[in-house]
Amino acid sequence: MTFPKVLRGRAWKFGVNIDTDQIIPAKYAIYSLDEKELGKHAMEGVPGRETWAGQVAPGDIMVAGSNFGCGSSREIAPVAIRGAGISLVIADSYARIFFRNAINMGYPILQSPQAAEAVEEGDELEVDLEEGVIRNFTKGDEYRSEAFPKFMNELLHMGGLVPWVRKRLQERRVAAGR
Amino acid sequence: MGMTMTEKILARASGRDSVRPGDLILAKVDFAMGHDLTIPPAGKIMREQMGAEKIWDPERVAVTQDHFQPAKDAASATLGRLTREFSHQMGIKWYFEVGQGGICHTVLPENGLVLPGELVVGADSHSCTYGALNNFATGIGSTDLACVLALGELWFRVPETLKFVFHNRLKEWVEAKDLILYVIGQIGVDGARSKAMEHVGEALKSIDMEARLTITNMAIEAGAKNGILEFDEVTREYLEGRAKRPYTPVSSDPDAEYEKVFEFDAAAVELGVAKPMSPDNYAPLSEVVGTRLDQVFIGSCTNSRITDLRRAAAVLEGHKVADGVRLIITPSSHQVAIQAEREGLIRTFLAAGAAWTTATCGACLGGHMGVLGEGEVCLSTTNRNFPGRMGHPKAMVYLSNPAVAAASAVTGVITHPGEVLKKMPAGIR
Repeated sequence: MTFPKVLRGRAWKFGVNIDTDQIIPAKYAIYSLDEKELGKHAMEGVPGRETWAGQVAPGDIMVAGSNFGCGSSREIAPVAIRGAGISLVIADSYARIFFRNAINMGYPILQSPQAAEAVEEGDELEVDLEEGVIRNFTKGDEYRSEAFPKFMNELLHMGGLVPWVRKRLQERRVAAGR
Repeated sequence: MGMTMTEKILARASGRDSVRPGDLILAKVDFAMGHDLTIPPAGKIMREQMGAEKIWDPERVAVTQDHFQPAKDAASATLGRLTREFSHQMGIKWYFEVGQGGICHTVLPENGLVLPGELVVGADSHSCTYGALNNFATGIGSTDLACVLALGELWFRVPETLKFVFHNRLKEWVEAKDLILYVIGQIGVDGARSKAMEHVGEALKSIDMEARLTITNMAIEAGAKNGILEFDEVTREYLEGRAKRPYTPVSSDPDAEYEKVFEFDAAAVELGVAKPMSPDNYAPLSEVVGTRLDQVFIGSCTNSRITDLRRAAAVLEGHKVADGVRLIITPSSHQVAIQAEREGLIRTFLAAGAAWTTATCGACLGGHMGVLGEGEVCLSTTNRNFPGRMGHPKAMVYLSNPAVAAASAVTGVITHPGEVLKKMPAGIR
């Protein structure tokens, strides 16, 4: 997986404290190994968004309020959002396990209170991940996102924790003379 | 500059003399846990994507069959089978089969698997529970768990620590659950986001280990990375004859730095609930007394250990569940169930007209054996009441302690336990 530089898509707007039971209700955990199936039910637990997943166009962008992804540790939360076709999540702030899970998956997420405040549903956005700039073509605005610490940035660009572990296992094998 | 307990554990585990909040570290894990929903994806990622053939240390991993087990449907049976096969193939020493373990967060402490001074991770958000035993314990995802299983190490950001000081003792009827619901009500579901919650003070010194586990269990409901308590005589006694490894307790330095210190008078905390639809929607019990109920659930890693069941039984003794209400009681582990049987608690529950189930996470996460329908109202001893948590998104869940839950099952409406039982018998706490 190569990390994209610029993403473009239409915004879907969600509120504050959207928890993992709303992102993907626990009953769908039986599909833990099936990203597409999970994607069909993404955000189904958010009142008024029961049929949302069917309306997403591949590449669309999710914009949410503070503490996004709070609640359980289920990694199927970011997996379901990605499975629904969302290319990038922007939020005011994230609950920590959701944040870790997304980075570990190499799935782009940005923290931008400015964008979370200003963007409205349907706005056309362009996001430059390297620069951390979010452009809103509908409103003619531009927002900054907060920079990641170096290690997290490296993980994201590497494609997540999987390639990192592969590399580390390889180093250990070499060190053990195998 | 001194360090907090959390910082000391993370420094030791990352091989450093000291760490500061914000540091990104690579740390060695002392113990790891996964269950039937998180082991299948972690095992697949570890073997197929990371290319690891075996796990780093089969003696330092526990696996429980607790979330959708005993299998609630065919797909859950597949997850159970994948969990079982992976555990056997990897030679995991602490594998707990259906009927022999129960909910991970009760099983690990009661088996002495998570110890003072250790760095513990679990692929479940309530893994913060173990911190009552003076360790750093936090919830992780499945890719994280795959990394830990393959390497025995994981990356962490050292959290800022918030200190909570609880002066004086809890009043009659008021339990650890009421205290932590009150705290979350004060600071909010993101009040401790990504931070450590260090709990100290007389109120904690005077409660037993099971009540302490209820406090740290709900750290995640304030968004915290971990909750941690001091080591004392109660900790030492709890671990005597249980601890599976030698351990070294940690304490915070007098000059440790805290981002913020909160002080509470525990004696002023009332019985309370979290109203729908968020754990921080706190209200004193008096405000919701009389609320009509469809279901009462006593279960979960928060409040279904033996002391919780003793209090529920004391309230239910000689009473019947009210017409129009169903009471479901799910012990949090098989050992708890065995003890409840020995003490005659199960007889009391059955005589009252309660449904008694096997140990499982079950209804807490809307899994099985107590899922709520549209518009139903439930009083639950669990930890989370976001929309849809226990079933239908329009079901309404109130969170309370077990004595309040038991009393409310007897009357059919939210009720003060003192209305049903004059006084909690001495020794039941």
